[in-house]
Amino acid sequence: MMLQIKPILSALRRHKAGAVLIALQTALTLAIVCNALFIIQQRVAHLSAPSGIDEANLLVIENSWADKLSKEDADAQQRADLMVLRRLPGVQDAVASNSYPMRGGGWDQFITLTPDQTTAVGDAAVYLGDEHFMDTLGVKLIAGRNFRPDEIRPIANRENVMPPVTIVTKTLADKLFPDGSALGKPIYAMSNTPTTIIGIVDVLQTQSLADWQMRNAYQSLIWPMRLVGNAYYILRAKPGQLAMLRKEAVKALYAQNRMRVINDDGVMGYAEVRQKAYDSDYGMAVLMGVICVVLLAITAAGIVGLTSFWVGQRRKQIGVRRALGATRGDILGYFMTENLLISVGGAVVGVLLAIAMNLWMVTRFEMHRLSLFYVLAGVLLLLLLGQGAVLAPAIRASRVSPVEATRSV
Amino acid sequence: MFSYYLQLGLRSLRRNPLLTALMVMAIGFGVAASMITYSVFRAVSGNPIPEKSEQLFIPQVDSWGPKYNLTGNEPPYALNYVDAMALMREHKAKRQTMLYPIGMSALPLGGQSIPFTVQGFTAQSDFFAMFDVPFLYGSAWGTAEDEQRAAVVVISRKLNDKLFGGANSLGREITLSGHNYRVVGVTENWNPKPRFFAVWGGSSFGEPSDIYIPISRALDLKIDTAGNNSCRGRIDYGDWDGWLQSNCVWVTPWVQLDSAAEVAQYRQFLEGYASDQQRAGRYGWAPNVRLRNVMQWLDYMQVVPQESSVSLLVALGFFAICLINTIGLLLAKFLRRASEIGVRRALGASRREIYMQYLIEAGSVGLAGGFLGLLLTALGISGVGLLFQPQIARLAHLDVALVGLTLLVSVFATVVAALYPTWRAAQVQPAWQLKSN
Repeated sequence: MMLQIKPILSALRRHKAGAVLIALQTALTLAIVCNALFIIQQRVAHLSAPSGIDEANLLVIENSWADKLSKEDADAQQRADLMVLRRLPGVQDAVASNSYPMRGGGWDQFITLTPDQTTAVGDAAVYLGDEHFMDTLGVKLIAGRNFRPDEIRPIANRENVMPPVTIVTKTLADKLFPDGSALGKPIYAMSNTPTTIIGIVDVLQTQSLADWQMRNAYQSLIWPMRLVGNAYYILRAKPGQLAMLRKEAVKALYAQNRMRVINDDGVMGYAEVRQKAYDSDYGMAVLMGVICVVLLAITAAGIVGLTSFWVGQRRKQIGVRRALGATRGDILGYFMTENLLISVGGAVVGVLLAIAMNLWMVTRFEMHRLSLFYVLAGVLLLLLLGQGAVLAPAIRASRVSPVEATRSV
Repeated sequence: MFSYYLQLGLRSLRRNPLLTALMVMAIGFGVAASMITYSVFRAVSGNPIPEKSEQLFIPQVDSWGPKYNLTGNEPPYALNYVDAMALMREHKAKRQTMLYPIGMSALPLGGQSIPFTVQGFTAQSDFFAMFDVPFLYGSAWGTAEDEQRAAVVVISRKLNDKLFGGANSLGREITLSGHNYRVVGVTENWNPKPRFFAVWGGSSFGEPSDIYIPISRALDLKIDTAGNNSCRGRIDYGDWDGWLQSNCVWVTPWVQLDSAAEVAQYRQFLEGYASDQQRAGRYGWAPNVRLRNVMQWLDYMQVVPQESSVSLLVALGFFAICLINTIGLLLAKFLRRASEIGVRRALGASRREIYMQYLIEAGSVGLAGGFLGLLLTALGISGVGLLFQPQIARLAHLDVALVGLTLLVSVFATVVAALYPTWRAAQVQPAWQLKSN
């Protein structure tokens, strides 16, 4: 095989254009496929990140009052609502909050270790909830304790009061206190008043999943408060009861008080929340997948087309070689090696292109660096694709009979 | 001659249907991928108010200081209440408006119906003239209503249809979150994309607004913003009034400045305001202001979703590969007919004729690819909801311009791709071909 490389190179010099075209196509395909595969992996990793909550049984209801209520009225109404919801058959627990995980944005607050610190140690998503919050969402307490009912206070919008105690996620606790001593420590959330960590929960996803917020992923905290006024009711259904609750819960709320607004799209199970939160990730992954497949198909077809042309052009030479004693295997090997040489040439350029393209996207779109694995996977994929594509024309070439040498056409 | 060459071309294309189909498909897929992603990109990156985008400016004042500013010491995206009110009072631009997004409940007429939510903006009277808001009935409220903190409202055509069955509702009252407002105007359907005036406070590609009420009235009623609120440092305020005095930014200002002189003047005013604040001890830092026009603002805020730019780029790369593929296949196709070309050249055909014949043949491939591309584009645009958020996917549509562009791009690109293979075909030496056969 090695002996053949020299004659192949000199033959390639005779049809430079075609070789350059295949190499160029291989290079560009490699650049795009590497980056596309990488984008797919990034997006899939993003959308399969766990939320830490019992998604299968959760229902979110966005409730707003038709009239502007005083804090006292809004508090009374909300307590009545929660009582109704918690008593519904099929409901395991319910809570009122300012937001819910994966909502797509919301309240977050810089956290510092001293009141004078100007650079925040972390940026945490803030969830307000009473002692039912953890049980409702299905969040796991791994250290410390839950809120006591007497620690819960109702707050109105724009009432910015620091709660004396707080529960944080493990991620936030570890960020603030890397030595693992978070429990019982005071932290400051843009205030002079400290709040003490009394509990640590395992995983609780933040509200925003935007790329620029990803360095704050899983940094959440829970405050023992009920946001009165317009809020989200989160319900945890007993297994299998979710579909039924969708209607029943809204009906029960309207029966409790008619002067409220619950829009049709304000009632969501977590399947919808997840879809809404991740639809652009999902879409990108699908688009990149489709482009990869079509691109590889077109490149393969192009290689088949050009190689077939070369085989047709060289029937006579092939016949001569066969007449001089070359085996079928020799002819097959010739075309396979020829393609391998061109593909390797293309792959070298393609790797550079892929890295350049990725670096440009890193600076322009704050994407991540392409990992070498995807480059290598892409190179292997394209070399195999080239060999596969060239196989059929090469087999046809190997079947050229030595008699062709004697024909004059 | 053209039609003869076209016939020749079509006959040659029929001779190897597989190769032809391959080329047509490559061009079709390539152009369709580019056009689908372009149709989305076109919608999200367009100028939402072309005739005035150079005259509308968003002033930014550094109220946080270098310690808390955004990357690159950029001042906050919006104004806090105190600065917003100061700029509003000074009224140094010919037209200006402060605004913030709101969400309220609306109660339809008749006691039995249940309330529903509406969303919109608080604004000043200039808002409507500045942004060229079209009216179906009535008009904007006046500066007098702004000053009197009047309970007036401008509603959208959609809300007017829902509440009043499309009738002229001027002078009628509607109830929003428990308070009554008199309708003074009904806008036509209006929702610029992207919604440049509320990029930070609201959503760039959101649903059209239902209502607009005077900001002075909204503040009296303590109607909270439905958009962003961003604070720095310690925010120990206890209630609404404390919040208003805090460094939290949430009010978006817009001004209309018609000439370079006015822009310079306004910039000077902003600088002056900032140094006054520094002297008064409110700001502990030197003036740091910005005055961006619509397109500069959209660019700075990176309104075009990353997905849209990346997918357009990838699609263009995909198209480039399809064209390289086409070059290779055309090369194979044309050179296979070297002997035919030799005969034609020997019989007196000039190089020009060869060029003509083969470029026309390529053009017909391009046209066929274009039609396939058009079909795929139409299909793709109807399925674009799979790839982008619904609010953005809805913006993509197939119009005459896109149809024309699809066909033009396919034919043009294919002809360009055919230049090299045609050149090679024209270089064929007649003597060489005739001799060897």
